[in-house]
Amino acid sequence: MTIQEQIENTADTDETGISRRGFLGLLGAGVAATAAVVSANSDASVGHHKSDKKLAFQQNEAQYEEALNNPPKIPNYNWNEHKWSYGVDVSRCIGCLRCMEACKAENSVQEDANHHRTWVERYVYLEGSAEAVIDTPADPKNVENVGSEVHFRFDNRYKDEKVDKAFFVPKLCNQCEEPSCVQVCPTGATFKAPDGVVLIDTNYCFGCQYCVQACPYGVRSLNEERGTAEKCNWCYHRITKGLNPACVEVCPTGSRVFGDLNDKNSPISLFIKNNQVTVLKSEMGNKPNLYYAGADKEVS
Amino acid sequence: MERVFEHVAPYIGHVYPNETEVPWTELIVIYPYITGLVAGAFVVSSLHHVFGLEQFKSVSRFALLTALCFMFFAPMPLLFHLGQPTRAFEPLITPHFTSAMAMFGYVASFYVCLLSLEVWFAFREDLVHLSKTSKGFAKKVYTALTLGSDDVSPKALALDHKIARILAMIGIPGAMGLHGYVGFVFGSLKTREWWSSDLMPPIFLLSAIVSGVGLLVVLYVITCKYRKVIPDHEAMVGLKQVLWASLIIVLVFEGLELLEMVYKAREGIETVMELIKGPIWAGMSIQWGLSFFSLIVLSSMMIKNPQGKKFVNWMFVCGLSLMVAVLAMRWNVVIGGQELSKTMKGLLTYYPQLLGRESLLTVLLLFTGPFVTLYLATQFLPPWEDAKSHPHGKAAAH
Repeated sequence: MTIQEQIENTADTDETGISRRGFLGLLGAGVAATAAVVSANSDASVGHHKSDKKLAFQQNEAQYEEALNNPPKIPNYNWNEHKWSYGVDVSRCIGCLRCMEACKAENSVQEDANHHRTWVERYVYLEGSAEAVIDTPADPKNVENVGSEVHFRFDNRYKDEKVDKAFFVPKLCNQCEEPSCVQVCPTGATFKAPDGVVLIDTNYCFGCQYCVQACPYGVRSLNEERGTAEKCNWCYHRITKGLNPACVEVCPTGSRVFGDLNDKNSPISLFIKNNQVTVLKSEMGNKPNLYYAGADKEVS
Repeated sequence: MERVFEHVAPYIGHVYPNETEVPWTELIVIYPYITGLVAGAFVVSSLHHVFGLEQFKSVSRFALLTALCFMFFAPMPLLFHLGQPTRAFEPLITPHFTSAMAMFGYVASFYVCLLSLEVWFAFREDLVHLSKTSKGFAKKVYTALTLGSDDVSPKALALDHKIARILAMIGIPGAMGLHGYVGFVFGSLKTREWWSSDLMPPIFLLSAIVSGVGLLVVLYVITCKYRKVIPDHEAMVGLKQVLWASLIIVLVFEGLELLEMVYKAREGIETVMELIKGPIWAGMSIQWGLSFFSLIVLSSMMIKNPQGKKFVNWMFVCGLSLMVAVLAMRWNVVIGGQELSKTMKGLLTYYPQLLGRESLLTVLLLFTGPFVTLYLATQFLPPWEDAKSHPHGKAAAH
């Protein structure tokens, strides 16, 4: 069955009264397949069981348990040898939101429009206005427009307006050098790895959400089903194998850049070298590791 | 699409997508509230134990029991809030020392131990007496609780008194620390403009005293009515003075905090003003309205010095008003802080759930707990100093 057929099927069955969850599940199959196609080497289709009540791309509980109890060994990876960093070229982003869908698929992020490890914000300066109007794909209007909480599109609400300037800004975890989430974690479940990534050991997290409060960038959330905190880890399972994070992999315009700062010729090293870059909310003192080129004054 | 609108907080402006699920709910509103009641009640008992202010004698032991009973329930809202409650002891076993929250287990445990010890010394004479006069199972329990120390000679009682005073002296910085610490948990978060204030710890501490003394007034008046005794006038006058003084300081501090925020007018101040006018408008009105109402009533009582039933009734009204005002203040801080988006460009509105693990029902049950426990505690260990209901028929050592 092609992806197109799958999507058409889901639409038909929905009308015949299939449960909402089942509908999402089938939609998810489409997403998983899409993501699998666009992201080479992706594990997106893991957990693809038709009988599963969850989204097809969602890791099931057994798989989650297995991953916790028997974490995959990463041969030949030494976290002292790397210094990962991430760049966003704002001017290149077209707001297609493939990155958001790929992230959901890749990382088993909760299957609704309000839990994200990465998202894209739309900034629009209407004619004559000095301030941008900002929305995200989680905006109910955008969700309503797509009719799905796992497919993301920006609606066309500005089609009759005169727009002076508009751009998209991808957001994700800044993997700060001085992460306030790590500082406040009462159990030490979240920690800064030597390669620069802030990780969560969900065996220790007890779900107090102090870290959710402490993150200046709003990238953390609680996974209600697991009772533990969640955040972007730059697809740690991929980057430790020499792959790009899923969002970087699927980005059609090269807006998202990833690499090792220890390698002077890596995409990120060149990105920082060749652009005037900035970080978000530097006044927080978190020293972010996520660099933006071309970010507008309104972006924070 | 109903699911989106079911479980997320509606918002205006621009908020980060993950923010639409408000992390800390009404359970975290009553956590500092209950902790505050403990601190306030404890302060009253200390005024007698440490500073020897005899006018508080008739409420001192009751205040101590109140503090202990409420302290038992202080960690409960946190437990109900945790995503993984079975790991609640994780911060005690493997604490992460840079985390303010990791210290809660230690601070709270220390305080429960201290309060228990203090209660034991304050009631030891009664325990000895009850172990001799009661019968059956109760006798066994009372005897066990004396821990074999049945010496009630004046010399031994003087030693009790001395130890109780030392414990209360440790307890004062303990109570201040406990509640100042709760303020720190919020005030130290740089990400939330509404919380991130250096004045947060003293504001939490002083409002704790206001609410705790208010609670004591309410409970004392109710229990006196129930026991058919007239509330001790001197004690009520003392409580009035403490209430008036702490209320003035807390109002000044809260006013200053707000003024500083508005005067500094950092980026997003418009959104802060919208927050006050919008989502927490009702809460702010209750907090400030009842505070000023109580201040006016208390001030006029300071001047006119009314007596008898009229005085008791107005004190009851003030106590209750201030309890509600401080509860509203906790809501405005905890929920208000999260309703103001971290983007400073949007506002969320939080609607509490009625049923469920984190719901108003849980809050109601958790808040009923200390009152029931206190009722049982007063039956088991009558704390009253007035002749009528004291087991000895005479005043106790303290």
